[in-house]
Amino acid sequence: MELRIPLSREDIEPLRSGDVVRLHGVLYTARDAAHARMKQALERGEPLPFDPEGQVIYYTGPAPAKPGHPIGPAGPTTASRMDPYAPLLIERGLRGMVGKGVRSREVVEAMRRHGCVYFGAVEGTAALLAKCVREAEVVAYEDLGAEAVRRLLVEDFPAVVINDLHGGDLYREGRERWRRR
Amino acid sequence: MREVRVEEVTAAVRDACIEANVSLGVDHLAALRRALERERSPQGREVLEKLLENARVAREERVAFCQDTGYAVFFVEVGQEVHFTGGSLPEAIDEGVRRGYREGYLRKSIVKSPVERINTGDNTPATVYYEIVPGEALRFTVLIKGAGCDNMSALRMLTPAEGVEGMKRFVVETVERAGPNASPPVTVGVGIGGPFERAALLAKKALTRRSGEPNPDPAMAGLEREILEEINATGIGPAGYGGTETAIAVHIESAPTHIAAFPVAVNLDCHSHRTLSFEL
Repeated sequence: MELRIPLSREDIEPLRSGDVVRLHGVLYTARDAAHARMKQALERGEPLPFDPEGQVIYYTGPAPAKPGHPIGPAGPTTASRMDPYAPLLIERGLRGMVGKGVRSREVVEAMRRHGCVYFGAVEGTAALLAKCVREAEVVAYEDLGAEAVRRLLVEDFPAVVINDLHGGDLYREGRERWRRR
Repeated sequence: MREVRVEEVTAAVRDACIEANVSLGVDHLAALRRALERERSPQGREVLEKLLENARVAREERVAFCQDTGYAVFFVEVGQEVHFTGGSLPEAIDEGVRRGYREGYLRKSIVKSPVERINTGDNTPATVYYEIVPGEALRFTVLIKGAGCDNMSALRMLTPAEGVEGMKRFVVETVERAGPNASPPVTVGVGIGGPFERAALLAKKALTRRSGEPNPDPAMAGLEREILEEINATGIGPAGYGGTETAIAVHIESAPTHIAAFPVAVNLDCHSHRTLSFEL
């Protein structure tokens, strides 16, 4: 399934856990330190580095780019570390998150209520995923290095739906299906 | 007495940091291929195929196969007859890490303090464990450790009455609790015995064994097989999408312990399992 970002609620409504998708458009990178700063910005009434409405955040801290490459290896990091912050962005219209690992109940509930899906990218395929990035630029918090907020223009970025809007959870379903004890 | 110039150490450490991060070990590649043959879930097989493809691209392009180029952890065996010249050994290792991470375009992930969280900018200091051995040998083993899986590791002080069954249960529970977060198929390092801190160190060291190579003690090797089977029955599977291959291997290392103690540490390593050894 092809998905063009920005995404509307209608775009993500039909998605079901386990669906394989290809993402096209802009992904914003943000991880631990960037999320902490975005939370501070909201608390102070300052603007976020980007408007979350319709956007997708990719939890990654890329390695440095080799000369001639737009970005270095960039695979997903553990999403649960961003759980304390995710609802703040979901409430403001965030439509997708790309990462790896399970999300908290609070995050899944916020996703369902406001319309946001969680995609898994295969961790440890950083060299392959970087090949989907056409352009990359730092848009905020440059001092955070690998943790800065970057705007990535991606094509054919492979992901799978982990948590959909209907209670589906690929991690839970996959495990139940293959459990032998 | 053998003299070793510390510049030699720096050069070798630099090369090892780059090599370990861009080229997945042949033993681990073979283990992933075996897992692909065994995996029954189609999604699990797809994940394993992607991992192998990613490893190929990284090796060809000389880029890191995982962006989390981690802690650089060294186990160093130093012969007691070795004398270092031209500087200090710990500084020489750090300088090798500094050069390797800069020249290899590897991510700098180390912050100076867990409280202040300011990046040191060069992935130093390295984490180094020294062991003094007889003779003139000088052996280095590097383990590149990402935080995703390290974060899911655990240690428990069991009582002797909980024993081997308690140990097996704790190891399997730790892998289950980690689930997809540890980036399965994982390698499971288990350290048993010693005082508290030694168990943890043994668990980490167990990860440096060649992928899937059993413990030389048959009883220990039997436990490794039993625990592996239980882990692979959890259904977690590659990337946690469900499947039969949740762990590549269980490696147990043990040490003498106290009559009142049975420490068990579990250190998980993700499928990007990076370790190599060299001698000078």
